[in-house]
Amino acid sequence: MNNKISIHNLCLSIDRQPILKNVSLNIPTNKITVILGPSGCGKTTLLKSLNRLTDLIPGVQQSGEILLDGVNILNGNQDLVDIRQKMGLLAQRPYPLPMNIYKNITYGLRISGRRNRQFLEKRVEHYLKMVNLWDEVKDRLKDPASALSIGQQQRLCLARGLAVDPEIILADEPTSSLDPISSKLIEEKFLELKSQYTIVLVTHILRQARRMADYVVFMYLGEVIEQGTPDELFNNPQHPVTKSYLSGQFY
Amino acid sequence: MKHIRLTRYRKWRNVFHQSWMVIALSAMLFIPLVLVAGLIMKSMLLLENHHLFELLFSSDWRPLSSHFGFLPFIVSSLWITILSLLISAPVCLLTAIHLTQYAKRWVLRIMHPVIDILAGIPSVIFGVWGILVIVPFISHQLGPLFGKSVSGYSILAGAFVLSIMIIPFMLNMLIELIKAVPNELQEASLSLGASKWQTIKFVVVRKALPGIVSSFGLGMSRAFGETIAVLMVVGNVTRIPTGVFQPGYPLPALIANNYGEMLSIPLYDSALMLAALILFLVVLMFNVLSRFLILKAETH
Repeated sequence: MNNKISIHNLCLSIDRQPILKNVSLNIPTNKITVILGPSGCGKTTLLKSLNRLTDLIPGVQQSGEILLDGVNILNGNQDLVDIRQKMGLLAQRPYPLPMNIYKNITYGLRISGRRNRQFLEKRVEHYLKMVNLWDEVKDRLKDPASALSIGQQQRLCLARGLAVDPEIILADEPTSSLDPISSKLIEEKFLELKSQYTIVLVTHILRQARRMADYVVFMYLGEVIEQGTPDELFNNPQHPVTKSYLSGQFY
Repeated sequence: MKHIRLTRYRKWRNVFHQSWMVIALSAMLFIPLVLVAGLIMKSMLLLENHHLFELLFSSDWRPLSSHFGFLPFIVSSLWITILSLLISAPVCLLTAIHLTQYAKRWVLRIMHPVIDILAGIPSVIFGVWGILVIVPFISHQLGPLFGKSVSGYSILAGAFVLSIMIIPFMLNMLIELIKAVPNELQEASLSLGASKWQTIKFVVVRKALPGIVSSFGLGMSRAFGETIAVLMVVGNVTRIPTGVFQPGYPLPALIANNYGEMLSIPLYDSALMLAALILFLVVLMFNVLSRFLILKAETH
């Protein structure tokens, strides 16, 4: 299996409080890797360390390495803008930028200097169609993005992330604030998109993990307890903590 | 039986304490109304004798021969207020952005009490500082630099002092406003490949913009009404100022300097009341507009 990202011995602490403890794992290319675990186990922090959003946390300290296509992105020689543009982020709740729908999609392109109107318009249509939002918003592209429903906003955020042409999609419980129908739409999109993108999906929903995963990483209290294919991990868990989580003893 | 009496007693106490709050509330609402009503009543005398248009747009101020043109005062007030905002607004905005986005946490922790202390300095101290530092600076350095021989008591001195006074007031609001922009919004922008500065410019400031504008509005209404510090450095000459080095005579200074002296002339008394009324209405307008913008921003 080809690995897009490999993490070796990643440790992260905030104000000397350890959040991630010696995390090592591989994220295979063009697959959906699900990071599973109860709330507060460090899933989100791990996800954000992949595109160095953890740099924003005051009092953070990191060690270890994160190899993106074989290059360590933690050693400080990398251009952050470059790294981040390779990864589209989908957060727990949609956070549309304070501008209209059209500008939300073109934001990533405009800030990197693409200003050709025809090009931008084509991109907007293409990516809005990709997330099944085009028909709902094509007549009101100039409306503020905050006027959309939460489900529509989350699809807009996905389209916005895809529009900068990332190689990886980082999704942090992307369906946790959505209704069942919108959740289903997002899940279906991910299954379609994995042929072109490497997807990292953080979730605490066991059934979602079963539906989506090609590779599963189970985390507990900042440590990776177990990782493997869904078959290995769900049907034949080795570690007692994994077993009790899978049997629903804690969430 | 005893506990029933107790219950009754508690009920009564409850009603009593609630009514206190209602009284406090109505006093708070009632006093400004009485104030405005009083101002209107007192200024009616002048309004009956003179046309409002003439009062507002005439520059002829000779109270003893009953010419009351408020234009010099209104223009002075506007000059000083707008100029002080032009000086303080960029300083405040950049400071707030630095403190919330770039500075280390301990810097902001130290700055909070510092700003509060600045906000609490009595305005007469700012006035004295203006006379001792700003006025000579304008007279000896800034004036000659522009080829002018000036006393230093000027619109510019007033605006300088005023801008220093409203900075802590606006800065506090701006810091809170910018801090309130969700982190996730910044993360979204950054993960789309925006630089930190682009994120601040296009997302953080954009998101906080209605609030920023309204905090400037509230700062302006404070500046417009500020009396003593401005009065001390502005020169108090009744003439429409045509440049920032010229002295002016803002509305609050007019009232503070003259009220109580010329009460034997009823029209003069009434004119000062009208000045107070104008002041009140302008400040009220700034405030209402600013609040409206905040409200609009929150529902957006």
